[in-house]
Formats: sequence, structure tokens, C-alpha cells
Amino acid sequence: MGLLSKKDSKLILDPLADNNPITIQVLGICSALAITAELEASIVMSISVLFVMGVGNVVISLMRNVIPSKIRIIAQLIVVATLVIIVDLVLKAFAYELSKTLSVFVGLIITNCIIMGRFEAFALANGTWRSFLDGVGNALGYAVILIIVGFFRELLGSGTLLGIPVLGDPIEKTGLYAIGYENNGFMLLSPMALIVVGIIIWVQRTRNKALVEDN
Amino acid sequence: MEHIELFFKSIFIDNMVFATFLGMCSYLAVSKKVSTAVGLGAAVIFVLAITVPLNWLLDQYLLQPGALTWLGEEFADYDLSFLSFIMFIATIATMVQLVEIVVEKFSPALYNSLGIFLPLIAVNCAILGGSLFMQSREIATLGLAFNYGVSSGIGWFLAILAIAAIREKIRYSNVPPALRGLGITFIITGLMAIGFMSFGGMLTGGDEEEAPVEETTVKVEEPKKDSEQEKVVANNIKVNE
Repeated sequence: MGLLSKKDSKLILDPLADNNPITIQVLGICSALAITAELEASIVMSISVLFVMGVGNVVISLMRNVIPSKIRIIAQLIVVATLVIIVDLVLKAFAYELSKTLSVFVGLIITNCIIMGRFEAFALANGTWRSFLDGVGNALGYAVILIIVGFFRELLGSGTLLGIPVLGDPIEKTGLYAIGYENNGFMLLSPMALIVVGIIIWVQRTRNKALVEDN
Repeated sequence: MEHIELFFKSIFIDNMVFATFLGMCSYLAVSKKVSTAVGLGAAVIFVLAITVPLNWLLDQYLLQPGALTWLGEEFADYDLSFLSFIMFIATIATMVQLVEIVVEKFSPALYNSLGIFLPLIAVNCAILGGSLFMQSREIATLGLAFNYGVSSGIGWFLAILAIAAIREKIRYSNVPPALRGLGITFIITGLMAIGFMSFGGMLTGGDEEEAPVEETTVKVEEPKKDSEQEKVVANNIKVNE
């Protein structure tokens, strides 16, 4: 870690596990669940959030001394909305099919609470470089959960990863399907996303007892 | 009829929480007590009922491709729809500020119990999601837009009320330590979502759901046919999907 001091690297590493925005801070769940039926959509969503968080945190921390506190929410929303419009237009131009899959959820990055939460909690009080690291760290923490959920839902739900069949061909009956395996179509439906995240939380808190809450 | 259909559809079938996961953050954070859940739910219904019709007007007369024709023929090919995120969020932020002022004035107790969550309605995805779905589903009239706002708000209210009641009871049960709090709430929500899926056939009588199921059974029952024919079947299924 020659590039980053110990304190700085903590900003990136903490949100990946013990202070994960989704499973611990309970932020940004809406979009995390709705688009995870396919791994590809999860990855694209993660990259979009990474961009918006990184750039947004820098912009807000640069502006933090000139924004009057009374209108800060609107100012923050405008910054995020502008960045999201950029993401949306880029997606429409270069990955039109995918932008159809994500539908309104790209727009909903605006109201992703991770972004507002980090603006409020961090970027308004810290310097540019540290805010950037914090944004990247939290976006990566978000991405980790999204990719885990997307991985399991696509693998168990349709037997593919990124659209490539990995468990054999369900029609030709090769690979796992030869011994009677069936795709679990239920994994593609929305309730399973909630249950998969619930299981991730369960595993995480079993490994780290300090995170256990009371009822 | 159209109104009644939309009303029940947005409450039960396209329930904001269980079908599209909108507004999950505040759903999870404020659902510990029934009383606060009711307050937030009511605020969400109110804000949705105002913002969806307002954003419908904005969309219809400002943002849609060709929406500016009322200004004159030369504006007919303007397309401002890329601005919709900013316009929608600005409307919502303003309205939330207004609601905050009204609630503080008329019900200080509710204002105090909602605390930080009232301003956070501005970033509740359910509110922006309502407007964005209104836009993408091309809801036809102002009346329907109002109906859509109110009924999806009621759907959200119902969901948060149910989970708050369950969480009040679950305090007395013996949940595995690592699942306590957030984990079990997620899993219960998942189970409730499965329950709500059964409303899916309410308006169609289940007809829409039947078709793809039959096709997959056909595929499974015909493994002995020529491989070429199988491929045709497979292609058909892919096309249908």
C-alpha cells in the first residue's frame, strides 16, 4: 500500500465487509434487489453506481463550503441527477438492450440512498481525495453484494453466467442436466432476491458476531 | 372500470415493495413500530398523490417528444425527455419540503417521531419510481395518474404496516442470533412477496401465466423426437421468452 496511507485504505476496505452499505448500513437496497436476475445487469449497475458515487463525492466535497445547508438536499439531488443522466445516455447509446433491462432502475440511482447517505455523512465534511476513496469504497461494497446475488440467481435460475451456459444444455440434456438437474425458475422471480440477501446477511453475521443485532 | 383495474393492480399485483423493491431503505428502517410505520406510510401516500399527477403534467406538456407543440408548430420535433430525471426530482424535493412544513405545523408529534425520515422521503425510491413508472407505462390521463399515485402509495402503506406488525410480534420469538433484525426481516419480506405473487392472476384469471408453462412441459415431454425438431422447438421457446 505505497499509494494509500493506512487510514485511506481503510476507507476503501471497510465498506467491503464490516461496514457494507447494503447489509450493515441498510442503504441502497431497492436497486440492489430488482436488477439482479442476471449477472450482466448487476455488473453494469455496479459500474454505473461506481461512476456516480466517485464523481459525485468529489463534486460535493469541492462544493461543500459554498452550499448553504438549507438547500443542500436539492443541490445534492441536482448533482446526482446530472451524473445519472450522463450514465443513462451512455447506456442508451452503447448498450441499448441492457438499458431496456435496467429500465427505470438507472433513473432510480438518483434516489439510491447510499449516494445521498455518503454525501451527507462524508463528502460534506471531508476533503476531495478522501471523499473520492470513500465513494469508491462504498460503491465497491455495493457491487460485491450485487455481484454475489446476481451470480447465484443467474446460475441457479437459468444455468448460465453472463449469458453463457455453464451447467450444460437443458434441451440437449448435457452436463448436469444429464443427471436430472433442473433449472430453478423461482430464482429469477423477485422474492428470491430478498431471500438471497437475507442469507448473505446470515452468513456474514455468523462469521462476525460483533454485527449481531438484538431483535 | 379502467380506474378500478388500475387501483387494484397497483396495490396488489405491482406492489411497490414486493414486486419492484422500491422504497426498501425506509421500509426496512422505519418498520420497527406500527405507529411510526403508519405515519411514514401516510406521508408516502400523500406525496405520491401529489407528485405523480404533477409529473404527469410535466411529462405531457414539456418533456415527451413532441410535447411542446402547444407552444407552436416549430417546436414539434423537440425531445426533452432526457431532462425528466431532473424535472421529476425537483418536483419531488419541493413537494417533500412542503409536506414537511405542513406536518410540522399541524402534527408536531408525528413530525418528531418521523425525524430524519421525512426529508428522506425525497430520496425514497418509491416516490421517484412512481413517477418513472408512470412515464414508462404511458398512463393516459391525469385522473389515471392520480389514481396510480394514490393506489401505489396505498400498496406501500399496506406493506410497511404488515411488516411492522410482524416485527413487533417477532420480538418474542427465538430467532437465530445471526439472523436477528435485518436478516429475518429480509426473509419475511421475501415470503410475503411470494404471497403477494398469488395476486398475479387476480385480473386476468391466470390466463397470462398459463401459456409459457404449457410450452415448457411440451418441451420436457418430447425428448425422443428428432434432434432437428427439438431445435425448432427450442428456438420457438427462445423466441417466445
